[in-house]
Amino acid sequence: MRGKHVAIAVLPACLLSACNRHQSTLAPFGADAADIRHLFIIMLVGAVIIAGAVALLMRHAVRAPEGAISHQKGMRIVLWLGGIIPTVVLMGLLAYSLPYMRPRPVAPADLQIAVDGEQFWWRVTYRPAGATSVDSANEIRIPTGRTVAFRLSAGDVVHSFWIPGLAGKMDMIPGRTNDLIVRADKPGRYRGQCAEFCGLSHALMAFDVIAMPPAAFDAWLAGQRRPAQARDGEGARLFAANGCNGCHAIAGVTAPTRIGPDLTHFGSRRTLAAGILPMTQAHVAAFIRHPEKTKPGVRMPSFPQLSDDQALALARYLQGLK
Amino acid sequence: MKRWLQRASRLRVTLWTLIVPPTVWAVHFLFSYLWAAISCEKIGEWALFPTAFAIGTVIALVLIVASGVIAWQQSRTPGDPPPHQEGTDIDRLRFLAYSTMLLAGLSFVAVLFTALPVIMLGDCR
Ligand code: HEC
Ligand SMILES: [Cu+2]
Repeated sequence: MRGKHVAIAVLPACLLSACNRHQSTLAPFGADAADIRHLFIIMLVGAVIIAGAVALLMRHAVRAPEGAISHQKGMRIVLWLGGIIPTVVLMGLLAYSLPYMRPRPVAPADLQIAVDGEQFWWRVTYRPAGATSVDSANEIRIPTGRTVAFRLSAGDVVHSFWIPGLAGKMDMIPGRTNDLIVRADKPGRYRGQCAEFCGLSHALMAFDVIAMPPAAFDAWLAGQRRPAQARDGEGARLFAANGCNGCHAIAGVTAPTRIGPDLTHFGSRRTLAAGILPMTQAHVAAFIRHPEKTKPGVRMPSFPQLSDDQALALARYLQGLK
Repeated sequence: MKRWLQRASRLRVTLWTLIVPPTVWAVHFLFSYLWAAISCEKIGEWALFPTAFAIGTVIALVLIVASGVIAWQQSRTPGDPPPHQEGTDIDRLRFLAYSTMLLAGLSFVAVLFTALPVIMLGDCR
């Protein structure tokens, strides 16, 4: 009996621990997520009121003596509580929530960010109006206070793009482009996650989201447009000798390729391997030698032949790409 | 109105008239979806919106209400006196009329639920 009570108390606490302000619809930093939370709270309060009322009615019905109300009165209760009131309530909720579903207007001058889901990472291309596009991966930065149009697609299987604090989720479907129009309001570091099972490492397919004030964002994007500041040396040699450049592009250093994540400004990312590992030299070196140990089914071969020193040299080289 | 109701009460509810309200709902539903799909795909927006759509919705609602009122009239036909040992024509009529009336109520709400998003969103995305 005691154990049961403890379990009842602990269970909601476990659920609550999953809440955090980086990845939660209940802690919105964008207008659409705020709408979703608003509607959710209305639904929640309404549901609690209705469930309470039904429970009270049931208690009353069970306790009332037989024949306490006439047949006709009973039928009228069924008509009102079972038919008319639910219909009116549902109609009201529908009419109230429909305006929230109206898509945000978007202008040709708004920033477009193309995001492709790949097993198990994110290809990101910034397309500012009237300027050349910028390739990146596994991290998305957006300006606050401006409308941003995500153009979502996928390279292999169906994925789903979800930044809970920003907006609802949207599927990424190979051969199709889905538009998700958003507006961030609060600067900060947040997190997104693939929300459609896409293979072994589906759960390990996340990304950092950084919302920045518009001026800071523009400066950052201008920096990203510059080619990589790569240093020559052991790392650069190993990168070419091991064929890393066949899959990974470093703008200004290697020929363009689209098989793996773009590494041009790898060193300025906050996390490694699609939001999974902290960006430390040890983690980068370990990931390069055995990516499958972090992400089962990963589409990058392992490089067990690299010595510890070689892996560290590669890590140092890549983290120098700011 | 009274004359009209009297004439309506002379109509007989049958299994065929029973399916009028849900059929109107189905046609309205199908038409809404086809129209939205084709119009959005070909033109990129709701071309004839909203007048034609509103008129169609009103026609559907009127048809449903009409069959509901007729059914309501006939469901008030006095029943046979007890004992209720076997099914009689009157029982059958009362049952069909009552079912038609309930279906009309359901279809009315369903048509409104279909139409509301179209009228309030009116956007292809
Ligand atoms: C066959 C193509 C391929 C080759 C060759 C390859 N990689 Fe990768 N690499 C990938 C893919 C695909 C990913 C994405 C893995 C994931 O997160 O699911 C990746 C991820 C990475 C990442 C993490 C990127 C990020 O944004 O977090 C690094 C670092 C990396 N590779 C370095 C290397 C190095 C160094 C080499 C050469 C020793 C190499 N890769 C060779 C395909 C390749
Ligand atoms: Cu995925």
